[in-house]
Amino acid sequence: MQNITKKRKFSIVGVLAMAILIGLTIFFIFPFYWILTGSFKLQEVAISIPPEWFPMNPTLENYKALFVPLTGRWFFNSVFISTMTTILVCVTASLSGYALAKKRFLGAKLIFMVFVAAMALPKQVILIPLLKFITELGLMDSYAALILPAVGWPFGVFLMKQFSHAVPKELLESARIDGCGELKTFTSIVLPIIKPGIGALAIFTFISSWNDYFSQLIFTNSENMKTLPLGLAAMSQGAEFTINYGLLMAGALLASLPMILVFLLFQNYFTQGVTMGAVKG
Amino acid sequence: MTEPLSKMGSFEKENRKAKRRRKLRENTSGLLFLLPTLVFFVTFVLYPMIKGIYLSLFKFRGRNVTFVGLENYEKLATDQVFLKSLANTTLITGIAVPIVIVFSMFVAINIYNKSAAVRSFFRGVFYIPAISSVVSITVVWAWIYHPQYGILNYLLKSTHLINQNVDWLGSNQTALFAIIAILVTTSVGQPIILYVAALGNVSKEYLEAARVDGANKWTIFTQIIWPLIMPTTLYVVVVTTINSFQIFALIQLLTAGGPNYGTSTIMYLVYTKAIVEGRFGISSAMGVILALIIGAISLIQFKFFSTDVEY
Repeated sequence: MQNITKKRKFSIVGVLAMAILIGLTIFFIFPFYWILTGSFKLQEVAISIPPEWFPMNPTLENYKALFVPLTGRWFFNSVFISTMTTILVCVTASLSGYALAKKRFLGAKLIFMVFVAAMALPKQVILIPLLKFITELGLMDSYAALILPAVGWPFGVFLMKQFSHAVPKELLESARIDGCGELKTFTSIVLPIIKPGIGALAIFTFISSWNDYFSQLIFTNSENMKTLPLGLAAMSQGAEFTINYGLLMAGALLASLPMILVFLLFQNYFTQGVTMGAVKG
Repeated sequence: MTEPLSKMGSFEKENRKAKRRRKLRENTSGLLFLLPTLVFFVTFVLYPMIKGIYLSLFKFRGRNVTFVGLENYEKLATDQVFLKSLANTTLITGIAVPIVIVFSMFVAINIYNKSAAVRSFFRGVFYIPAISSVVSITVVWAWIYHPQYGILNYLLKSTHLINQNVDWLGSNQTALFAIIAILVTTSVGQPIILYVAALGNVSKEYLEAARVDGANKWTIFTQIIWPLIMPTTLYVVVVTTINSFQIFALIQLLTAGGPNYGTSTIMYLVYTKAIVEGRFGISSAMGVILALIIGAISLIQFKFFSTDVEY
């Protein structure tokens, strides 16, 4: 008898929890639903009250308006910057993560400690002095200004060190005895083992580079060097009566869809990376 | 070569030589592997950090740059706008962090023992705002919150929760909370993944034993699960605190710090002082203060980690 009431009480709690979970899900999905449907609405429909929950007369006008060379350039800039950053970060971080995990050399401990300490600080606090430095180097408004600083950020090293611990010492030892050079050892033995880690790091870096709004905002100033998020931000900051919501939603979709696709395609890599990156040590 | 060494057996001598060579190889190869990272790190992270401290000791007025020592810091200590921004940043963080913890733990507890597909679905739903461009998020929320065209006012009016349109981002009573709501949606993704992983690692035997002893779900949660996932909670607290402290894009794009500095934050002020007004000295000083605050938070975390996680 007691058992039955207990079970029933739990299921009420369970149903309630499920209801809340579904409510939260709707709350999270709604903005994306609003972006998607809004992108097919003309301005007069977008600002009508009561709102149209679903575009009854969907239009492609907004996408047509986005299909101009400048937007294409912004899209290219975003893709190029994120891709280059990702390649450079993955190469440098996998080399040094492996070295810090598996090699014992002078200063290794100290360097790692400096990395961890630097990582504890948010990137944004160094951006103003970095801006001065970039200006002094003459790199303002260039791809280099948006790519190079991101490569120095030690998070990748930390993540790759975590993954490199899995490389068995015996394998490295036997490679050495076989007369394998250091680079050859790295490419033929270490690389295959840390591949999932590199995958996770690549996704992380690509997304964070794409979304590094603050850097993009302060390191660029010409229309041609804008990234997609930056261009969208400029569109949204016009005078009140010039804001075209349908167009903005189409832009918002374009600025986020690549990231959402990357995430959905590689969710497992991503989850593993998040979990590994969080384990301090 | 010294005398005694030459008297050694040739085998031992060879061995020593090999060892030394190996050590040298470890040292040079280790450093060479690290070199590319180090070059970028020193140039684009370490140097700007030091430069930031250096710049904070100067006053920038157009082309005029004068050394002023700690004057920028003294000024900030009594600057009403800075203090207001610091208070806002702290308030945003203080409200957002507990909500993020409760929210993500709630979601994680309800999904961690479900099938892999269900887990992936919910992880995706709650992570997507975090990986989307923050600009996309702000433009859609600006529309949702819009006093005339926004769906929020429409919904609240048609359910008679409000009688008049509310200017969510333009009024002192609501702007900060409207921002916090968006901040929370962009912050729970990673904590949920971490909690799901942490809950998956909680030993089934502990839970079974507690159940056999007649403990109810609440007791099991507070007595067993909560202490076991404490390290994850601490990590989430620190990461969320650091992220919330840096809140910038939401402010810049949605309220520009207004109304009347009601939503101005430290990072937003750093930006306006440096980029809009060209006052790099005082802006760098704010950066240094922000770094110190965040450094202190991280330090507390490391302390917690070294003492409180043994079980």
